[in-house]
Amino acid sequence: MSFISYSFLLFAAILLVIYYSIPARGQWLLLLGASYCFYAQSGIENLVFILLTTASTYIAARLIYRAQAACDRKTAKRRSRIWLWLCLGIHFGLLALCKVRFTFQNVLLPMGISFYMFQSMGYVLDVYRGSIHPERNPFKLALFVSYFPQLVQGPISKYQELAPQLLGQRCYNGKQVSFGLQRMLWGYFKKLVIADRIAVAVLALKGPEHTGLAFLVLSCFYAIQIYGDFTGGIDIAIGLSEALGITLPENFVRPFFSKNIAEYWRRWHITLGRWMKEYVFYSVSVSAPMRRLSKSARKKWPKFGKRLPVYAATFATWFCTGIWHGITPNFLLWGMLNGLVIVISEELTPLYQKFHSRFPWKSKPWYGALEMLRMFLLMNLIRIVDLFPNVGECFRRLGTVFTPASVPFLELGLGVVDYGILICGCAVMLCVSILQEKKGSVRQLLWQRAGLRYAVVLGLLLAVLLMGSYGIGYDAGNFIYNQF
Amino acid sequence: MDKLMGILLELNPDIDYEKETALIDAGLLDSFDIVTLVSEIDDVFGVEIPAQALTPENFNSAKALYGLIRRLQEC
Repeated sequence: MSFISYSFLLFAAILLVIYYSIPARGQWLLLLGASYCFYAQSGIENLVFILLTTASTYIAARLIYRAQAACDRKTAKRRSRIWLWLCLGIHFGLLALCKVRFTFQNVLLPMGISFYMFQSMGYVLDVYRGSIHPERNPFKLALFVSYFPQLVQGPISKYQELAPQLLGQRCYNGKQVSFGLQRMLWGYFKKLVIADRIAVAVLALKGPEHTGLAFLVLSCFYAIQIYGDFTGGIDIAIGLSEALGITLPENFVRPFFSKNIAEYWRRWHITLGRWMKEYVFYSVSVSAPMRRLSKSARKKWPKFGKRLPVYAATFATWFCTGIWHGITPNFLLWGMLNGLVIVISEELTPLYQKFHSRFPWKSKPWYGALEMLRMFLLMNLIRIVDLFPNVGECFRRLGTVFTPASVPFLELGLGVVDYGILICGCAVMLCVSILQEKKGSVRQLLWQRAGLRYAVVLGLLLAVLLMGSYGIGYDAGNFIYNQF
Repeated sequence: MDKLMGILLELNPDIDYEKETALIDAGLLDSFDIVTLVSEIDDVFGVEIPAQALTPENFNSAKALYGLIRRLQEC
């Protein structure tokens, strides 16, 4: 069941009514049933995958916990480590197999597998690290793994932040439900009015005849598409969950306002970044081989040797992040490019500091805007690698950027009205982002002004209904991140 | 504690480590700084900080970090 379907809206409406009508102690069971219904809609075979993942996660966590209770500390550590590696090997092996079949045999991935697999493995790792106790009730764990709003494209939650909420009891709170529905509407606006409209031009610009400046336009259009698509989907997920009284972690904090790449990755796909940081970056950087490498490197190069574990862990993390997105060369290259830019930025830090002490512009608004623009363009160029599974073709197009070529804007499947809607839509997104950056929650600001609030909600609703992309042959069901 | 303060000040001399209690939460130290700190602490105190101890609670203040080092030394 897609977020962009009448059946989903009907499903969500019925769920909300029943959820707040039944005794609160049964709410979590209702959510579990609803999650499996939601998932079963995408195919019964997909349901098998998630059931198996849940069962194996439950068993692995219990086995690790039991192994840790052994009297002898060394035995406990060895046994729990064996169970952990076995669990990680099976799950990530299965995920890799699914991705291989998807890439080479065109077999669709089970819906949301990368998301619920990572969430489940985060739970197992937390049990291994002693951060949490394993859940005794398999049905309660099943709800954590399969909670449907976040199943399709995240956010990836941690057990300790999500489970207590899922299993808690909630009363109807009008303001909270209203806020949740408003956020969903905002998500639909971004997805249907902006992302799905500009997607048509992105598809056209991918054609081999578009070179030169068109490649740069493609990179900017794709940035807008993926931002509207992914954040729109996340807004729908977080909004629905909010209406159910469950707060999911934020996945985006206005990433295009970032002034450097490290900041960008603290603001974009935050929960995947957090997963990678906690379980890959830290694990690699403080691992025994890395400590040994660092010590021997410091003897030869005292300064660089200190940074070596950080850089090695950065590349390992970005390799994993690339693989998470797909096993094709373009995603690996995308990951490595991100790692490379982060390492280069880190190495150039002393140079930046010298520059800023000589030219004290850092506090000037115009300089901040320039830094944001630089970051936007740089990330666009890295991100465009996503679009071309053939890396050679991507570089060939990049090589033509400075050759004279016009961009046939009106031959890309969009008319003047479409461009007008896109410009207005992007302006609205920008204004909302600036307001959030400066004043915090826009919904809180509007809450005190009922008239304005109703006008904004009505405006958004009309925009979605009248300006959403629903043309013939157009498939509104697909979110870009559904393919992961 | 003086040795730890020395390491922290070398990392970023502009932070008031005596008073600051949100080094991670306020974004004053990032993941690169944390890994550098772990490596320095290993050298100076002979303590290996495991990955599971790299949490904001342990790194939000100099006092909390010193507490972690003491606990690991006692293990």
